Amino acid sequence: MPSLVAGGLRDDSVLRLEARHLDEMAAHCLTCYPEEGCGLLVGDPTTGTVTEVHPTENVAHSGQVYSVDPKAYLRVDRAAEDAGRAIIGVFHSHTHTDPWPSPTDVEEAMGPLKDPTWHYVLVSLRHELPSTRSYRIQDGNISEEPVVVLGQ
Amino acid sequence: MSVEVRIPTVLRSASAGQAVVSVDGSTIGEVLGMLQDAYPGVRGQLLTDEGRLHRFVNVYVNDDDVRYLDKLDTKVNDGDVVSILPAVAGG
Repeated sequence: MPSLVAGGLRDDSVLRLEARHLDEMAAHCLTCYPEEGCGLLVGDPTTGTVTEVHPTENVAHSGQVYSVDPKAYLRVDRAAEDAGRAIIGVFHSHTHTDPWPSPTDVEEAMGPLKDPTWHYVLVSLRHELPSTRSYRIQDGNISEEPVVVLGQ
Repeated sequence: MSVEVRIPTVLRSASAGQAVVSVDGSTIGEVLGMLQDAYPGVRGQLLTDEGRLHRFVNVYVNDDDVRYLDKLDTKVNDGDVVSILPAVAGG
């Protein structure tokens, strides 16, 4: 059984990625500004390791909400399955607020077909340097998880 | 008509772990209905109580979103691949 540590973090919950993945997410979100940027994370769901970042169109074209292009989801999902990987989460930007899931983010994470093991990565553009955090959203509860940058 | 249905990860516990299942039906509505009958755990995940496609769910026939075809009345042919995917959005 996973144990709980201070702050409500599950000690087995972690997002692992490379520095270039952080750069790819931040660059895409800056390109999309003033709209929210979004994209999908492909990798190994058992270890929470990202192997690919796939920026996608925000078909909502809004600075307040995002909606991943469904056609891009289909394409990324097929390619990931063929490669023996999976979509393990989603990233999106908050253009003027902190990197913390919004009530809309939590509501959407509770919908049908939503995988409770997904990693929800937030990129805040509130300050000059983008700030990136990762969360699990399970049963309506938000818990932040550590982001481990591999190779550092 | 027999089509292949790609099952999303979260429903695979309901489909005995299978990522792809074969389902009979001549429309998307029939295919989803058969799927629910074969795998009761799927019920409530795809259609609303009124029998419409849930707004959090996207269904594709091959490369086409059924919302832009005839929705649940979209015809399927032998060998078509139906993909059921979560709609991913937030604020």
